[in-house]
Amino acid sequence: MNKVFESPAAAIHDVFDGATIMFGGFVSAGSPTNLILALYEKGTKDLTGVANNIGLGDKLDILCEKRQLRKMIASFAIRASARRQSLFEQLYAKGEVELELVPQGTLAERIRAGGAGIPAFYTPTGAGTVVAEGKETRVFDGREYLLERALTADFAFVRAYKADRLGNLVYRKASRNFNEPMAMAARVTIAEVEEIVAPGELDPEHVVTPGIFVHRLVRAPAQDVRWFQ
Amino acid sequence: MTAGGLTRELIALRVARELRDGMVVNLGIGLPTLVANFLPADATIVLHAENGILGYGGIVSDESEFDQDLINAGGQPVTLIPGAAFFDSATSFAMIRGGHVDVTVLGGLQVSAKGDLANWAVPGRGGGAIGGAMDLAAGARRVIVAMEHTTRDGGPRILEECTYPLTAPRCVGLIVTNLAVIEVTPEGLVLREVAPGVSVEDVQAATAARLRAENVKVMDL
Repeated sequence: MNKVFESPAAAIHDVFDGATIMFGGFVSAGSPTNLILALYEKGTKDLTGVANNIGLGDKLDILCEKRQLRKMIASFAIRASARRQSLFEQLYAKGEVELELVPQGTLAERIRAGGAGIPAFYTPTGAGTVVAEGKETRVFDGREYLLERALTADFAFVRAYKADRLGNLVYRKASRNFNEPMAMAARVTIAEVEEIVAPGELDPEHVVTPGIFVHRLVRAPAQDVRWFQ
Repeated sequence: MTAGGLTRELIALRVARELRDGMVVNLGIGLPTLVANFLPADATIVLHAENGILGYGGIVSDESEFDQDLINAGGQPVTLIPGAAFFDSATSFAMIRGGHVDVTVLGGLQVSAKGDLANWAVPGRGGGAIGGAMDLAAGARRVIVAMEHTTRDGGPRILEECTYPLTAPRCVGLIVTNLAVIEVTPEGLVLREVAPGVSVEDVQAATAARLRAENVKVMDL
């Protein structure tokens, strides 16, 4: 078994037009920027992206430069007021990219459920709002809940701090965010990490994402990402 | 529009007076983040950031100390208090949705007399940014809205019914503005406090919902 690839480009070599890709990270924390840049170079098109945010300084926004995204599923993409528009906001305003706006906790749980083999779940979030439109609702103990469907993907791009060659991952600070649930929810999960060590060098007590969820690894230094106001 | 009232910092200070020792508190983006600067010194308030931190401290202003993996949900670099913990987004929202977060302080565009909150989209401007607001409004045990009492051109933000898309219905417990502290009760809005130099009539004139005014106090700041 060899999960280690020599470059981000090699690790994403079979990403295909029309694929659904989950991108971990929360603005600057834990963003799989090297894999995103490789996807930009590769030029794969007609993609459905799943991410917490796009266009807030994250490198995901450059996928709009070559119109690689057909649709985004995200919690934060269009701001009511902005000093300047992201590429995504410009494409969205022209109707050239689709957006499914999802409450952040619902997004995280849809992904977790997808990875855990749960097809749908009820949540109180969004009841009585536009998020409820077209969704089945049910009252439990006097409160209304929405039925939300799980999300899975062809690929997940995640960023962790360290991996061992079996794919066990540990993270740095607040970078777990969407990386951890997304790693569980894709057919092929690709992790970029600062360092790859031999099995046994990570304390099993400290492993956050067990290697069963991680199919490919690539060593790549963290790229500088800043919040874009 | 009524002139005067509190600065944004004083609104944050008044909100901070609602917080008690041992509470887990989530501060929304914008004005609510200022509450972190006014936490009571003699109490342990644990700040929750929905991107995966329990126990962050202040906002880091020194650019050279910026750590891109240590940010709050507004993308601002933060410090940690001793005993802080990190976790993933699904666990973080289990804390919120599961009712483990005592208080959330959210910004507002509109609040209705029933406590409906609208704070994520303006009609006609397209899009909107939900982020964690809907989960926080639906899941936190108490929702405090901190906002300017009126819009920039003087229009009311507190209304009988919201006209903007809702974040959650019937979720707001307390509204703190530059003019007043208003409690949402099953019988409607109750004016509890006015800002120094602001009258009950001023507040009612700036509000498009009926306020019950009983034993109204001047805010102690």
